[in-house]
Amino acid sequence: MDIKVNVRDHDGQRPCSIVDLNGEIDVYTSPKVKEAIMGLIDSGHYALVINLENVRYIDSTGLGVLIGGLKRVREHSGAVNLVCTNPQIKKIFDITGLVKIFGIYESEAAACENL
Amino acid sequence: MREPLTLEPTLSDDGLVELRIPSRAEWVGVARLAIAGIASRLQFSIEDIEDLKLAVAEACTNCIQHASESDSIAISCRIQADKLVVTVEDSGQAANHASLAPKQLGEPKVGGLGVFLIRSLMDDVEYELNPGSGTRLTMTKFLRT
Repeated sequence: MDIKVNVRDHDGQRPCSIVDLNGEIDVYTSPKVKEAIMGLIDSGHYALVINLENVRYIDSTGLGVLIGGLKRVREHSGAVNLVCTNPQIKKIFDITGLVKIFGIYESEAAACENL
Repeated sequence: MREPLTLEPTLSDDGLVELRIPSRAEWVGVARLAIAGIASRLQFSIEDIEDLKLAVAEACTNCIQHASESDSIAISCRIQADKLVVTVEDSGQAANHASLAPKQLGEPKVGGLGVFLIRSLMDDVEYELNPGSGTRLTMTKFLRT
């Protein structure tokens, strides 16, 4: 029950920062995710792709971190797109209505292109 | 002197499994694993097991975030023929009523999602607010045939 966070730059037509998350995001691990995302934003990165392909579990505190990041980048006219292929994780975004506020894509390439 | 916390689930004859965890974030994952094991034994579907894991974890998270002066969370799972009834209880000051009321999600915001998720994922949810003695959340998931 841990989360691994990796941040990298994506140099494409639309340069962005990609946050790879691997593990479970809950009340215990979400502060680590928050630190990474807010750290990126505070250093001037407002185009973010958060890759949830290797996330096995997310709860409301994890969703809260993603919403907080989205709100923060929007203050700078930025955007956050998500990569999500796990049906259970997608279901959580569906029932909370967050599918309407996040761009959610099945591949990293699509998430980057549509920022 | 504080009594030692019981950390191992025990199965009694009447189909009751009880677990008590410290009221700290690092223990929520243990509650999640325990409920997954119980639900798996009862032949719940994988999707229902995931629902139960999230609902129980959200209930524990609520206890940790909103109940002050509680040092542990009691989780009991009553196993019945067609359903699993899970009770999550803390012994701290109760969360305020507004945070537990049913709500519609308009513009999603940080916080408030936990209770919404519990109500969405479980078949029946009841709160008992006991000022001074904690909050008890009882939630039921029916076995689908």
